[in-house]
Amino acid sequence: MPPMPGKTLYDKIWDAHVVAEQDGEAILYIDLHLIHEVTTPQAFAGLRANRRPVRRPDRTLAVADHNVPTEGQELGVDAVADEEARLQLQTLGKNVADYGIEFFPMGDIRNGIVHVVGPEQGRTQPGMTIVCGDSHTSTHGAFGALAHGIGTSEVEHVLATQTLRQKKAKNFRVRIEGEPAPGVGAKDFALAVIGEIGTAGGTGYVIEYAGSAVRALSMEGRMTLCNLTIEGGARAGLVAPDETTFEYLKGRPASPKGGAWEMALSYWKTFFTDEDAAFDREIVLDAAKIAPTVTWGTSPEDVVAVTGVVPSPDSFATPDKRASAARALQYMGLSAGQPITEATVDVVFIGSCTNSRIEDLRSAAKIAAKALEGGRKVAEGVRAMVVPGSGLVRAQAEEEGLDEIFKAAGFEWREPGCSMCLGMNPDKLTPGQRCASTSNRNFEGRQGRDGRTHLMSPAMAAAAAIAGHIADVRDYL
Amino acid sequence: MEAFTRLDAKAAPLPLANIDTDQIIPKQFLKTVERAGLAKGLFYEYRFDQQGREIPDFVLNQPAYKGAGVLVAGDNFGCGSSREHAPWALMDFGIRCVISTSFADIFYNNCFQNGLLPVVLKAEEVQQLMDEARGGNHVVSVDLETQTVTSPSGAVFTFEIDPKRKAKMLKGLDAIGETLEAAPAIDTYEMKRALAQPWLEGA
Ligand code: SF4
Repeated sequence: MPPMPGKTLYDKIWDAHVVAEQDGEAILYIDLHLIHEVTTPQAFAGLRANRRPVRRPDRTLAVADHNVPTEGQELGVDAVADEEARLQLQTLGKNVADYGIEFFPMGDIRNGIVHVVGPEQGRTQPGMTIVCGDSHTSTHGAFGALAHGIGTSEVEHVLATQTLRQKKAKNFRVRIEGEPAPGVGAKDFALAVIGEIGTAGGTGYVIEYAGSAVRALSMEGRMTLCNLTIEGGARAGLVAPDETTFEYLKGRPASPKGGAWEMALSYWKTFFTDEDAAFDREIVLDAAKIAPTVTWGTSPEDVVAVTGVVPSPDSFATPDKRASAARALQYMGLSAGQPITEATVDVVFIGSCTNSRIEDLRSAAKIAAKALEGGRKVAEGVRAMVVPGSGLVRAQAEEEGLDEIFKAAGFEWREPGCSMCLGMNPDKLTPGQRCASTSNRNFEGRQGRDGRTHLMSPAMAAAAAIAGHIADVRDYL
Repeated sequence: MEAFTRLDAKAAPLPLANIDTDQIIPKQFLKTVERAGLAKGLFYEYRFDQQGREIPDFVLNQPAYKGAGVLVAGDNFGCGSSREHAPWALMDFGIRCVISTSFADIFYNNCFQNGLLPVVLKAEEVQQLMDEARGGNHVVSVDLETQTVTSPSGAVFTFEIDPKRKAKMLKGLDAIGETLEAAPAIDTYEMKRALAQPWLEGA
């Protein structure tokens, strides 16, 4: 018998979840379904209209994150000023009560951004399939789980059947090898990868991140990396589980305990890519060559090293690209050839499911503390906000005294939520404002109408807050 | 999705062509978090005047057509935006079948996702149904199995429908319904998983 070809991590998770095949599609079992207020109301309405139950309320978890204001949360949903937001939040509350789904409502310390809460609670585990009506569900791939975003009709499908109809994607491996320079981390890796492959480079693929620089990342760093996978066009990103993963999971509320822990551990350890597995595409990046990276334009692929200059539209290969670069420069209020560090910022946003975990806050607080030592604070006229990803992250940060550092340095210390990532709640940019942001999308209008977004790491964002313009974090370490 | 096999119901004539989805359900009713409850917005501009008073002349406001389950309409029904709110609103109002000479594509597809039967008949047949529906007895029978519509006077018209769509409609299968046909396989999968990964049960 010829030897079986090796399998990738993705192949293994896929194979472990195929329930049946129908009309060339697989019916894939879903282990964990995360839901929030924005993409679920019509899905529940659909269930009701068809008198269908939720198949596995116990494998579903709800949070309130997209619409919530980041202050005054203890006042509850009724105090939310925006009428539509309030209605969506109330509707979620009613739906989860009707169907017996666990819910961390606004003001609950366990509540927060859906992609922060899942891992923090130990719900996200290796080898799982995870879906949520939000494209950054790819975050959970950091645990070696196949995780991606779905639409409202699919949310209804998963609620009703605990499965999803899917066609299999191709395998793409991104290896990042070597040791990064100080001040360079997961966010810079992710932006560098997108800059390399483009925003459509991952379309049709699931990306597995590998290599020594990825192995060396903490779980928070891996989550940042997988979070941004969707911006490279791939539906899901994966990092094979290892000791770092298991260490993170141990003792979390929903992690297996006692004998079940050992059993789970041996199951999780089967999720890795075989030596002889083949990838449809592979790239290798040298971590040492990656500089602190920021975006200059209105697409996440518009990246430049912080030491670089704003590119000229003429430098792009195709007429389409030249036209969109020219449009981006105009929108961003930048000119070709200008050093990116000349861009002065009005707002600094440290938060979002990309960078609002404890480690992110620590790295930003370190810059703030250093500035304080030198007698410096957030630059005059800059509004800098720190929005922890969950109530528990916020509590942990307060225990470590990070909030005191931020506040002393002139940062606002806010309550958890998606906040200024998407401009759907009161935290928004006003037209023309420039923002150093740790979020994931720099599209036109994403953070508020005519707002200008520069994506970067938490440490870089903190440095920008102190400098009042985009700055090289290495000068602030 | 509700199955559609046979329907005996009052037919309301709406002799207008190109009824678009904005007429079926105007924009201001789209901000809802529900699919249900859209009946109040159905044909809003036809049913209510500027002051929100019922317009007694409109067919669906006439007592004789109360509880109508079939709508007989002019050419190209359901054109315009792709909003799925249009079939939702019709269904919510109690309409289970729309008969016309032609339908806009997206609306036609959306109907099948939601258990609303769109029936295409010849122009003269539609005309005859309209005329008869205006008379004293306006109950028609729509039988999907035999692909026939029987007029109040007993005239029988046959219609065409894609066999796959027909089969799903008869069983009330939408994408979810289709997947649920594999329910035994899902059950088996879950049983195996419960044994292999017991820590995921009863969390
Ligand atoms: S923080 Fe932004 S990207 Fe993340 S879940 Fe919220 S809105 Fe989506």
